[in-house]
Amino acid sequence: MRPLINLDKCDGCGLCVAVCCSNILKMVDKNLVIVDGDGCDWCALCEAVCISGAIVCPLEIVLNS
Amino acid sequence: MLEPGLLRAIPYFSELSDEELNEVGQYFFEESYVRDEIIFLEGDEARNLYFVASGVVKTFKTSSDGKEQTIELARPGDVLNEVAVFDGGPNPTSAQAITPVRLYKIEKSKMLAIISQRPVIALEVLRLMAAKMRRLTELVEDLSFRPVVGRVAKILLEQARAPLVSRLSQREMAAMAGTAREMVSRSLKTLEDEGAIKMERNRVVILDPEALERRAA
Repeated sequence: MRPLINLDKCDGCGLCVAVCCSNILKMVDKNLVIVDGDGCDWCALCEAVCISGAIVCPLEIVLNS
Repeated sequence: MLEPGLLRAIPYFSELSDEELNEVGQYFFEESYVRDEIIFLEGDEARNLYFVASGVVKTFKTSSDGKEQTIELARPGDVLNEVAVFDGGPNPTSAQAITPVRLYKIEKSKMLAIISQRPVIALEVLRLMAAKMRRLTELVEDLSFRPVVGRVAKILLEQARAPLVSRLSQREMAAMAGTAREMVSRSLKTLEDEGAIKMERNRVVILDPEALERRAA
């Protein structure tokens, strides 16, 4: 599982890269890429700072079995 | 001293001429902060006005029992601490860098003098203050009249029992609940504190469906 990126919405501001605690995001030629999705701790700060909604950290919602 | 080009990117000063920007720029200083560094504290005297040049700053309040509530995230171009600078009271919130941050800083007395000489800046300050007041009014409405926690509880139950999609982001839940993303984040924390759900890495585990149903009722 890794955060989902919509490059059509991404304006390349890089705030998500700067805020990422796990250092898994990188800008390559103004394109946002995930360098280590498994290293993501799902803090969702990238989703919180992204004004354009280009990156989201979706949650699976389950009943306790 | 700040270059006119840097100042022009700040909404307060976007309407000034190059000559005016040169004059105003001499009162500004640039400061850098590392991630997690505190920029100012709630309750302290407000000596400066800040503008975010790069990075993200979190403003927040802390309750007497140590609970922290994020008020907003300030991004490049946003102003920090204008309420305390303009009403003369103490800082209403604390501010912390959540990324490496660069700020443009100006002393409160200098900023007030500049505004008194240039009505075009005062109009922009009013416009931005009004926009912020509108956002905060909507937040009061959400907190007072609309049980957002209940709507989030309902979404969680529906999604767990009959999922329309495999996963939901907090942004999507906010759109479904008709509220801001921050309110969803706050509601999830409330429901976790109440023991109704457990937040795992990328999962929300519903521990007490009946508690969620009561919240959703």
